[in-house]
Amino acid sequence: MSVRFRRIRRRKFLKLGFAAASAGTLTSCGRSGGGAYWRCFTPAEARTAEAICERIIPKDEFAGAAEAGVVRFIDRQLTRQYRKHQAAYREGLAAVEAAGREKFQKAFPELSAEEQTEILQEIQEKHAEFFGLVRAHTMQGYYGDPRHGGNQDAVSWKMLGLPDPPVRGRLPYEKELS
Amino acid sequence: MALKHVNAVVIGSGAGGGVVAKELAAAGLSVVLLERGKWHTAAECRKDDLRNQRTSVLGNGFGPDDERDPRVFVDDQGRERVVLASEGGYNNNAACVGGGTFCYGAMAWRFMEKDFRMRSTYGAIEGSTLEDWPIGYGDLEPYYEKAEWEMGVSGDDRENPFKAPRKKPLPMPAMPPNREYEVLKPAAKRLGLHPFDIPMLRNTVPYNGRGPCMRCRWCVGFACEVDSRSGTHNTVIPKALATGNCELRTRCMAREITVDAQGRARSVIYHDEDDRRQEQTADLVVVSCSAIESARLLLNSKSKLFPSGLGNRHDWVGRNLQGHTYTGAVGLFDFEAYDDLGPGAQIALCDYNHGNPGLAGGAMLANEFIRLPYQFVTQVPPFVPSWGPEHKEWVRNAFKRTIAVQGPTQEIPVFDARVEADPKVKDYWGIPVARLSGGRHAHTIEIGRFMAVKAEEWLKEAGAVRTWRRQPARGLSAGQHQAGTCRMGNDPKTSVVDRHCRVHDVDNVYVIDGSVHVTNGGFNPVLTILAVAYYASDNLVREWRGRKGRV
Repeated sequence: MSVRFRRIRRRKFLKLGFAAASAGTLTSCGRSGGGAYWRCFTPAEARTAEAICERIIPKDEFAGAAEAGVVRFIDRQLTRQYRKHQAAYREGLAAVEAAGREKFQKAFPELSAEEQTEILQEIQEKHAEFFGLVRAHTMQGYYGDPRHGGNQDAVSWKMLGLPDPPVRGRLPYEKELS
Repeated sequence: MALKHVNAVVIGSGAGGGVVAKELAAAGLSVVLLERGKWHTAAECRKDDLRNQRTSVLGNGFGPDDERDPRVFVDDQGRERVVLASEGGYNNNAACVGGGTFCYGAMAWRFMEKDFRMRSTYGAIEGSTLEDWPIGYGDLEPYYEKAEWEMGVSGDDRENPFKAPRKKPLPMPAMPPNREYEVLKPAAKRLGLHPFDIPMLRNTVPYNGRGPCMRCRWCVGFACEVDSRSGTHNTVIPKALATGNCELRTRCMAREITVDAQGRARSVIYHDEDDRRQEQTADLVVVSCSAIESARLLLNSKSKLFPSGLGNRHDWVGRNLQGHTYTGAVGLFDFEAYDDLGPGAQIALCDYNHGNPGLAGGAMLANEFIRLPYQFVTQVPPFVPSWGPEHKEWVRNAFKRTIAVQGPTQEIPVFDARVEADPKVKDYWGIPVARLSGGRHAHTIEIGRFMAVKAEEWLKEAGAVRTWRRQPARGLSAGQHQAGTCRMGNDPKTSVVDRHCRVHDVDNVYVIDGSVHVTNGGFNPVLTILAVAYYASDNLVREWRGRKGRV
């Protein structure tokens, strides 16, 4: 029941997103093109962010950050609670791209996992604040509540063996309300 | 249009204000209860791991909101910054009907006898304003009992030989044990310690017309979905309203208390939910906004007679801000210790609250509340990489195999840990915001380190294959256990309120919340706040009747 409800809401949300984007009302993050999926990131930024997040929480037998929708979570929050971090992301993502091109002459998403990790270790040192942000937000998007756009299909909760949807109405005693 | 004059205005509907409003209304006084937040219901509550009162990365679950009410935080390097309500340095306590009691963990501790006599027990400590309370455990005992029975406390402390004497047992039995309890209890006994069931303001059997806990994962920081956890919002406040003598006004932000030419309080000026400025006159004003906001309100209530704030003639309002220094340890086990049963925290011991060699106090130790995945992730041990495949592997393998034990170290009060009214920054309504500065006493840190060692010993005895300690934080301490800013004392020169919570030089203003705590015990403070509120209300009602008799 709750899964279906969530799906409907997501579709509705997407529709609203498209409508808003084509109407050109996404002013604070208006760099995405017409019909773009992202609220804040450009498509290229989103690809870079996705590659970074995937290195922070990589795929194994359970989905990694990319598949779990972590970038959707971050993108959404960058227009809400994390609005103040927009500039940090713009600069940080550009720094990651620049480091990748300098070292391996390729766009960051095209690098191998090992190469990406190497770049990110560098970023962790030189751009500690940005890396701290993206690390924390990736953890939130992956392990937090699916309602915010990440943790798709509650994948991290399944990984940890936590029942979802939550079991409700468990009572250790007979409920006898007077 | 002027508001109708009432007998009492109570500002704040948390542990302190909720009880006072009910006691006064039940005694026949007309009461207005002002609350800056709203009245949340269990039905509208969301189980949101990222937006609640414990994990507020996406905002506070129950206020204040980030837009209206900032504070200024001065760190231990003297750097100041504006902090929003959901950010760490804010030291937030929920702003809603019930206050902190709406979404707390609900441990219901009585302080120990020595907790009221810290100075007599341990002597003066350099750099500290450590002092005895002007009242003792014996003064509060009947009111602890009243709080336990009227609000509803479950648990079983019969096996705690260190507890202060009680006349009546707790009204409800303890929660059936969870797995952590089963693991930790025999281990503590093997160490010669005295483990027992934590007292909690939470129904384990039907009580007060509400059902028992369903043991879900979303406990501390969340609204209780089945309304089994007790706060003032579902106990005393409904009772206050049922008397017909109390009116609750939500989304009302108090601005200042005005005084007349004789220096007695005349009214409270506040902003109502439509941002209109209102003035409520009253015979009595009770300030119950919790330690930071109560001090802020007094400091912002300036007049010709009180140029530096109401009750602040000797510069004690806002001083001695304290909370608890939480330390402990985490153990990794080779079996699953997590059984998904809330509230999680179930077993405690008081062997280390007092009598630790060379230390002025200590803390109760208990297993931690049930953890949510994101909370767990923020607490990975120092030997695990903070990201990448090893991190994911760790979270996956350790989530159900760790137990944390920790305790709230009783803090050694510091005069310069304080709340001021900020000279520049104002909130949405134009009221100077709270400015927090100062740090912890070095001895508090020392005690905290000791407690971490003791927690680790317990986990090792329980069979942990690996353990690591949680070390004390430095810098300012307040948080949800905030206390101390309007100290209770007999000497008006070194305290703010008298032994009955009345402001020394204003005979119709009372501060009734954690602000009056001289020291904050090695325990979660809520039951003591409730007991002090019952105790102070009793006296207030007695005096009120006496005065009316004379008239």
